[in-house]
Amino acid sequence: MKALQFERNVARYAAAMLAGRAVPGAGARVGPLRLRDIDPPRLPGPDWVYLRPRLSGICGSDLSTIDGTSSRYFEPIVSFPFVPGHEVVADREGTDGTDRVVLEPVLGCVTRNIDPVCVACARGDLGNCERIAFGDLEPGLQTGFCCDTGGGWSTLMVAHPSQIHPVPADMSDEAAVIVEPTACAVHSALAAGVSEGDTVVVIGSGTLGLLTIAALRAHTSAGIIMATAKYPAQQELAQALGGTQVIEPNELKRAVRRTTGTLALGDGDIDRLAGGADVVIDCVGSEASITEALAVVRPRGRVAMVGMPGHVHLDLTGLWQREITLFGAYAYGTETLADGTRRRTFDLAFDLVRAADLGRLVSATYPLARFGDAVAHAAGAGPRGAVKIAFDLRNEKERTRA
Amino acid sequence: MPRPGFVLDVDRATPPVLFHHGENFKLEKLPPGRSRIIYPGEPLEPLDDIEGAIHHALLNPHGDSEPLPALLRPGMRLTIAFDDISLPLPPMKRPDIRQRIIEQVLDLAAAAGVDDVELIAALSLHRRMTEDELRHAVGDRVYDAFAPHGLLYNHDAEDPDNLTFIGTTDQGEEVEINKRAAESDLLVYVNINIVSMDGGWKSTATGLSSYRSLRHHHNVKTMQHSKSFMDRHASELHSSNWRMGKVLRESGVKVFQIETTVNNNVFGTEGPMSVLQKREWEWTTRDRMTFLGMKAGLDRMSARTRRSIFQGWRAPHQMTSVQAGEVEAVHEVTTANVFKQHLVPVEGQTDILTMGLPYICPYNVNSIMNPILVMCLGLGYFFNLYRGKPPVREGGVLIMSHPTPWEFHPVHHPSYIDFFEQVLADTTDPIEIEAKYEKQFAEDEWYRHLYRTSYAYHGVHPFYMWYWGAHAMQHLGQVIIVGGDVRAVRRLGFKPASTLQDALEMASDTVGRDATITHLHNPPILMADVT
Repeated sequence: MKALQFERNVARYAAAMLAGRAVPGAGARVGPLRLRDIDPPRLPGPDWVYLRPRLSGICGSDLSTIDGTSSRYFEPIVSFPFVPGHEVVADREGTDGTDRVVLEPVLGCVTRNIDPVCVACARGDLGNCERIAFGDLEPGLQTGFCCDTGGGWSTLMVAHPSQIHPVPADMSDEAAVIVEPTACAVHSALAAGVSEGDTVVVIGSGTLGLLTIAALRAHTSAGIIMATAKYPAQQELAQALGGTQVIEPNELKRAVRRTTGTLALGDGDIDRLAGGADVVIDCVGSEASITEALAVVRPRGRVAMVGMPGHVHLDLTGLWQREITLFGAYAYGTETLADGTRRRTFDLAFDLVRAADLGRLVSATYPLARFGDAVAHAAGAGPRGAVKIAFDLRNEKERTRA
Repeated sequence: MPRPGFVLDVDRATPPVLFHHGENFKLEKLPPGRSRIIYPGEPLEPLDDIEGAIHHALLNPHGDSEPLPALLRPGMRLTIAFDDISLPLPPMKRPDIRQRIIEQVLDLAAAAGVDDVELIAALSLHRRMTEDELRHAVGDRVYDAFAPHGLLYNHDAEDPDNLTFIGTTDQGEEVEINKRAAESDLLVYVNINIVSMDGGWKSTATGLSSYRSLRHHHNVKTMQHSKSFMDRHASELHSSNWRMGKVLRESGVKVFQIETTVNNNVFGTEGPMSVLQKREWEWTTRDRMTFLGMKAGLDRMSARTRRSIFQGWRAPHQMTSVQAGEVEAVHEVTTANVFKQHLVPVEGQTDILTMGLPYICPYNVNSIMNPILVMCLGLGYFFNLYRGKPPVREGGVLIMSHPTPWEFHPVHHPSYIDFFEQVLADTTDPIEIEAKYEKQFAEDEWYRHLYRTSYAYHGVHPFYMWYWGAHAMQHLGQVIIVGGDVRAVRRLGFKPASTLQDALEMASDTVGRDATITHLHNPPILMADVT
């Protein structure tokens, strides 16, 4: 079968780091990611099934991996060689468009055949599974980072029944492939602890930022939602999806100050705000974005890290002095809604994708053979007026031959 | 005998004409046969004996006023207010006119036994003056005698404890001014009139007032009904200030107004800058070499260095008149003297008006000319330098040359940054801006704090800059900026052009081909008297 495979190769990894530093996405052409003919993954257990991916998205975490900028934190929780691709809409093997499913890629206790399951999995908080490096599967926090499961950037992969969600017949593949990142956004919005009328800042209007805006509008009673967006297409979408104010990134401090009516420290130039937003959701995860988040959140405010960070150098004095809560929001599982009911995040995501027409965020698709172009497009999506880039496996020849 | 200003019809023999372009210059060829250039008058002869003229003015007042010595007595409260950093432009070489006048007023006060004297920089909602700037304006001797004792200070329009509500005009305009000025036995106001907009009741009713008072005439409606605000008798801005002056007078606020005029000697008669004051066809070979050398040097400098050089320029302005006494009588004489220097007879209007905007306007002394100030200088000040009717027809095109950088002085203009980022991103319509945003900015606590404690213009000030251009925006069909930062120009709602020729081509969409052109050769300042 044909697959993009990420192997452990130090020399190529170093080349990817250098190339990616010069031009984001360039690591795809020189790094450890290779298009290969490989053997299909074995079914890890009797209840596992084969999936034939139709579309598989390229996520920010994939780009970090390809460009060699992701943290070594991941080393013990991934296994090589792996086939990336965790945003997946696929056909169950043996069907062709009649039994489409979306993958919930977290490889928790159930998929690992661990019984009893860990406390987090028992609660339904799959993203917090404590056993992602244990059990019957090789380490891997998600499908797409585990050598046993394959991934969406291929013509064939495996999935545990607990990982798959049926796609309604009237939902397009484009809409379905956006369900997984939407689930991340829904989880983030709900985890952020937004109270009624809160002023919420979303930093970054890439895929995750835009989906978070939509999720905040749908699932919280936030008052003003301010979003930073660098490029015109992002700005339009941020507004369309529920952003009250859409701001150029370098104008954020001033905009939050105006909106919240707070004082600021700095003689005309703003160093940081005296008050600020109630909640800041950082969908970028860079040193600059976290610093900015801490500068615009009010004392005792909350900063959610949704974009994947790595090594950053931060002055946390303000976090201490202003009693700011800085917390991560990763993946999904089960959510508690305002009325107290518990629902699977993916179910909420399916609803939101449909209600907000989020399939429109898929801007372009590429065949596997053009993976260099695809990754470059994904890495430069903003300036090129794009949001989500995905691989289109529907016309791959190998799809019909295992 | 200085030659008056005049209008030159451009023909094939006319050399390229000078356009100021921020901290640089351009020479542009205007289309022959359909272009004209309005040149300012040469600098009027200055007063021979300035000290003597000031002394004479104080002792021989205009209108219903006694000579200054007769108004001074022991035990009285005397307040001397003076124009702030926005005047004159560029700042003048030492000694500043204000220093010369204030020293004489203080001498007379001392001779009369007046010992309760305070001096106030009448800056209204402008930024506070720094110590250096105050020293430059009033001189070291006055500064050292008063400032250390808290007797020389900047007016604070946001200090409720030091403002006095005087009353309302017959049109409901609230009059509120500086408490010390209002409660003094005599307020001596020391003015510098660089353009005919300055002075008169505007000195006190604006310079020493608060937002509560200013909003009655610093608004879109007033500015759209001031045609122009350089012509007091056609200016609703001035009518409002005069109504407020009546309230001040009737409430017992006694003002002894001292007004001065200066000549057009902005760039001097010696040195490289002097070429800017000459008419191009009279440039000698040496002038041309000087200009080319200066321009080549400027082209190679960083913007920061250029700005530093230009902001350091102190103009050799010379006083052409000084008059004192009752406000309105004094101002009539002052205006006549200003017009002697500035007015240039012009016949009829053209389709296009061109202007090169210099590096300075009233609100960026020792600062940065941000895009909002570019708009204000062009559409506010320069466009309104007319009497009768604008030199460009209604629906015509204004072409301005300025680099218009997307750059702001954060200490001086903090609310301008927000105005540019938030307000202009939403709308450039002054009426909508006023209704939707003015209150928010005017009452913003942070801007208020910076205005009072730092050196920031008041939060509402960028709105006034925008309103200043409201009449021009209403009158013009299109505005084009040549050589400006494209994004900044678009944010202003104008069209960017790379060259004057491109701008003229773009203008033809609005006013047709073979459109007639007027070029305002300013500075030095001129005022078109259009019939």
